[in-house]
Amino acid sequence: MIKPVAPVLATQSHTADAVHARPESLRDLFWSFTHLALQGFGGVLAVVQRELVEKKRWLTPEEFIEDWAVAQILPGPNVVNLSLMIGDRHFGLRGAMVALAGMMAFPMLVVLALAAVFAGISDLPGVPGALRGMGAVTAGLIAATGLKLIAALKKNVMGELVCWAFVALTFVAIALMRVPLAWLLLSVGGAACVWAYRQLGRVQALERQA
Amino acid sequence: MSLILSAADWFALLTHFLSLSLLAVGGAITTAPDMHRYLVNQQYWLSDGQFTSSIALAQAAPGPNVLFIALLGWNVGINAGGGAAAGLAAWPLALLGVLITMTGILLPSTTLTLAAARWSHQNRERRAVRAFKQGMGPIVIGLLIATGWILATSYGSSIKNWPLWLVTIASALLVWRTRLHLLWLLGAGALLGWFGWI
Repeated sequence: MIKPVAPVLATQSHTADAVHARPESLRDLFWSFTHLALQGFGGVLAVVQRELVEKKRWLTPEEFIEDWAVAQILPGPNVVNLSLMIGDRHFGLRGAMVALAGMMAFPMLVVLALAAVFAGISDLPGVPGALRGMGAVTAGLIAATGLKLIAALKKNVMGELVCWAFVALTFVAIALMRVPLAWLLLSVGGAACVWAYRQLGRVQALERQA
Repeated sequence: MSLILSAADWFALLTHFLSLSLLAVGGAITTAPDMHRYLVNQQYWLSDGQFTSSIALAQAAPGPNVLFIALLGWNVGINAGGGAAAGLAAWPLALLGVLITMTGILLPSTTLTLAAARWSHQNRERRAVRAFKQGMGPIVIGLLIATGWILATSYGSSIKNWPLWLVTIASALLVWRTRLHLLWLLGAGALLGWFGWI
């Protein structure tokens, strides 16, 4: 018996188009990354998630997690790696370089200007307190980015419960036990990848039967 | 602080940052201890204060935190150009310092990232590649929440810091549940801290 799958597929691809956008041009790419980099006080990641996933929809939450995993594993600044990957995907090497330039050019001017002009600003009495306050907010922003992405784990092949266990294990190891990142990635990360590999095999076997 | 750097010194600076680039797993900040050892303790190209304030300034300014490396290069160049007293005359060498340190730290990792990203995109249907991305998903999320925790406790986890905790928790909830602009939150945190309320 032939199942009526065609309409379902059509709706899916339609919604996929609706939620997925892309940078219009190299110029759009450059200014988008400049715009989000200049909002990123104490780190850019929270802004990347909000701008590129929630507002511009260049990435779905699932794609964002996958790309962030790759960007995090590779050496180099994580958000810079992420901008290179996104630029490269849409416009090739030129896109990667433009995204990198967008991420770095204006923020570098700002930071050098701060260094050159306000070298004495750190002596003002309010500054250490202001930095403390911004640091406390930044901590909340980054944690919230993680909390928001949890919803995307519903589609993970390992199943929600196993995903929760890996999230908890990672948190305990890094935040509470201060295990070095490389060890965690090799042990817990390795175990998660092996488990996902196994689950993907099962899914593929089921698909073949069906 | 004033010093004289030869072409060989500039080249050594470049190769040192090139060699650190591929070791920077988890962000450039993880190599900061080695940069401190090399620039401050071994070569005497930077003062301790210059090193620390470069990191603090880059953390406070917008943009990727890796820009602290641009500031390290800037300060090495300023020192080589006659120190802060030299004023504008030191800027060309300061810009050379920025160019050298940023090229060094970014060139190898950028090349590797592009190669790896292309390979994994072309092979995205492979079971091993999908398993890696699916498996790392919860790990990445756990890392983000852990990073938030580590930043929140960086001023000590004692109970007398409860106002800081309150700010962290409130901003996490606001970001999670509302679409309030992030700059409002940062501005509020800076004001509360400036007036010594947290």
